[in-house]
Amino acid sequence: MTLLLDAVLCVLLLGTALAAVLGRGVFRAIVFFIVYGLLLSVGWVRLEAVNVALAEAAIGAGLTGILLLTTYGKLTRVSAEAEPDDAGVNLPVALVSVAVAGALAWAWSVLPEPTRPRAELAEALPRAGVENPVTAVLLSFRAWDTLLESVVLLAALIGLWLLGRDEDWQQRLGVPQHARPGGIMTSFGRVLPPVGFLVGVYLVFIGADEPGGAFQGGTVLAAVGLVAALAGLIQPPRIGQWQWHAGLVLGPLVFLLAGVAGALSDSGFLGYPEAIAGTAILVIEAALAASIAVTLAFLVIGPPEKGHRE
Amino acid sequence: MTGLSLYALTGAVLVGFGIYGLLAKRHLLRRVIAFNLIGSGLFVFFGASAARGETVDPVPQALIITGIVVALSASALAVGLIVAKARVSGRALLPEEDDDA
Repeated sequence: MTLLLDAVLCVLLLGTALAAVLGRGVFRAIVFFIVYGLLLSVGWVRLEAVNVALAEAAIGAGLTGILLLTTYGKLTRVSAEAEPDDAGVNLPVALVSVAVAGALAWAWSVLPEPTRPRAELAEALPRAGVENPVTAVLLSFRAWDTLLESVVLLAALIGLWLLGRDEDWQQRLGVPQHARPGGIMTSFGRVLPPVGFLVGVYLVFIGADEPGGAFQGGTVLAAVGLVAALAGLIQPPRIGQWQWHAGLVLGPLVFLLAGVAGALSDSGFLGYPEAIAGTAILVIEAALAASIAVTLAFLVIGPPEKGHRE
Repeated sequence: MTGLSLYALTGAVLVGFGIYGLLAKRHLLRRVIAFNLIGSGLFVFFGASAARGETVDPVPQALIITGIVVALSASALAVGLIVAKARVSGRALLPEEDDDA
């Protein structure tokens, strides 16, 4: 019975992915890709990866979806959304795709069995200070990866801002939004943010022990800001405002300072003394979530554009 | 065939779809979607391999979450470049692939 569920889910995933690649029109491709992301988050639950399911639903389907749709809107303004005719099958490319997919399938069949039990992880987990093993990996065991990842987000944002036009540099971020007063978007913009804010903060807080964490919670908080901005209820900020700069660097900075503090004590860089490990991780997660929320919202909303109402 | 193999093979086919879209489709926004499909397919493959055995391995799951976030930031930069390109030339296609240019 569960195998049937998995099979149906996989067929739906492949169907929506195929529609996103081959379907007529870029707009349809975007819609199918969003549906694909939502289906995939169900798949992650089936793979016992609830942390990943939350990240997929929030980032893979949610924010990527908004990003692609707003980009489509910007392309329509310069009438660049039309697609050239690529309907015929490109045989050499199809052969390459089949070969890579086949090689991956073969790799799966010869993958060695993982060695069980993972004694080192089981032994280290109780000392990490958090119950959620994924959070322990992200914030403690492989904290280097996460620290550098938060810097990657900043680098991407700086790259994106550099694409802004000189004459728009002083303007507010993103294209101006006009929502009809009393319309659906305005109503959503009033109802969703309080609920979303609560969910986002809860996800960050609960991430220490249950599925959730800084990335999932931060993304929900970013979505709260985006919904309010899309509904025209709040005005996006400008690049030069120092409060937002502080928000952008808060997470990486706190993370880095905690790492240096560990190096100065005898826990080593990015190591935390066992007695305060849980608290340290919670503080870092809270700061990271705030920065992730601001950075992701700015990444999705895009460089500054003219035409904002003042 | 077990459920895990099903997901791993789905991941493999998703990578194939993504590669086809990335190489055969010319509209740049479509290519960003295809690029995300390649990454997503690899995550599914990786996630299925993490779920083998008695307990799920959290290390691949943490790496996948990192990957999803990095994929979004790369996509945001990519679509920024596409919009800038389209504003200059009026087309969201690479010049050497644009028949009408």
